[in-house]
Amino acid sequence: MRLFQMMMAAVVAVLIGTAPAAAQTYPKFTGLVVDAANVLPPATEADLTAKLQALQRDTKRQVVVATIPDLQGRELVEYGVGLGRAWGVGLKDVDNGAILFIAPNEPAGRRGPRLEVGRGLEPFLTDAFSSVMIRGAMLPKLRQSNDIPGALEAGTDAIIAQLRASPEEQKARLDAAAAEFDRTHKTARSGGGGFPVGLIVFGFIAAFVLLSFGRRSSGRRYASRGGDSGLMPVILWGIANEIGNQASRGNWGGGGSGWGGGGSGGSDSGGWGGSDFSGGGGGDFGGGGASGDW
Amino acid sequence: MKYRTLFALTTSVALAGCGLNSVPTAEENAKAKWADVENYYQRRADLIPNLVSTVKAAGAQEKAILVEVTNARASASQVKVSGGDLTDPAKMQAYERAQAGVTLSLQRLQEAYPELKSQGNYATLMSQLEGTENRISTARGDYNAAVQSYNTTIRTFPDAIGAKIFYGAKPIVPFKATTPGAEAAPAVNFGNGS
Repeated sequence: MRLFQMMMAAVVAVLIGTAPAAAQTYPKFTGLVVDAANVLPPATEADLTAKLQALQRDTKRQVVVATIPDLQGRELVEYGVGLGRAWGVGLKDVDNGAILFIAPNEPAGRRGPRLEVGRGLEPFLTDAFSSVMIRGAMLPKLRQSNDIPGALEAGTDAIIAQLRASPEEQKARLDAAAAEFDRTHKTARSGGGGFPVGLIVFGFIAAFVLLSFGRRSSGRRYASRGGDSGLMPVILWGIANEIGNQASRGNWGGGGSGWGGGGSGGSDSGGWGGSDFSGGGGGDFGGGGASGDW
Repeated sequence: MKYRTLFALTTSVALAGCGLNSVPTAEENAKAKWADVENYYQRRADLIPNLVSTVKAAGAQEKAILVEVTNARASASQVKVSGGDLTDPAKMQAYERAQAGVTLSLQRLQEAYPELKSQGNYATLMSQLEGTENRISTARGDYNAAVQSYNTTIRTFPDAIGAKIFYGAKPIVPFKATTPGAEAAPAVNFGNGS
């Protein structure tokens, strides 16, 4: 019995030890245009959304335009990488997302704009391209007349033109990633999400072993009933370990996505290439892109 | 029979529970993240010759800084850290120092030629260099997170048992951005000599 209590303590310790860390706050990923700072007129927002939606449908690349009310004291780059990973912009493993954002409430010189480029788009939206685009198409509008909607329109047009002009070389890989996104985001809905499957399997095995022991020991006169209590802690250990694994897996995010792509936002009709907002696909960001100093 | 089965079951669960798998997984993850860090430092080193020749072409007055950048790049490329050296604090520190020397010399180069900033070629090169620095800092952050997770794994129960018995695992050294003399305030010099 004392052993049992110790095991329970171990279970509690494992659960506490892997509690998720407090997350930094970002605006909600509500669509391909996230006007969190509320500086875009509805017409611009609708126009940009339509263009970006068409881009995602045709090229399977996801570009997001955002206005950020508060960088929370962080650098543009640091914030951009965190935002991209938190939203999971782009598809997992091919990392074909990009974010064009601006922080109009920051002090002058720190307002951006910044184009944050996912790892997979770095060969197309190179640092040099990003820098030339920001200095050529966006900064003049911002410096002359504080024309944020106009600058974002111009920047978005340049990005879309560049992305449409440079087709993906690894088409098969991209299609596989898009199919995977569509598949997982349909099953995730019916699966009920996140219950440890391994735990159920382990439970079945444990029950089976227990049963077979019970049957065998009843046939022998010298077999004590102590067998059960000897096995119990082992099973509990296994279950505790499994719970711990599940918890920590959730914490780290699976595989390449780093922060567990935040991709459950949209409706599931149409999937990645559809006409509705798909949410993020778990794309990763490595700090590529460039910033302006408006 | 009963005890043999019981023993097999106990051992397998106990082995999985004490880090037979999780320790190497975490270690490989940290090594992969380190490879990213090195990759971006290499990219920076590759950009430097272009930068130097661009500045020369623009008619640089002060050659001393160009020599300094070239030397810093050459000495940084001498210091290599392989996956097995990640647990060696001395080697890691040597690497950090060498790369920080390059960073410092590049900063001084930028400060020495403010008038070049408006030139197209130089500005584009600088944006590439800046992008590389951003990637380096992101990769360093990811590496440190992987190191933290590995070091936590090998020092906490129950993985610590396996880490000690099977792997003799040592903690990996996180990347500290040590600019030589970063703790001292910089001496400001208004253009009278260097």
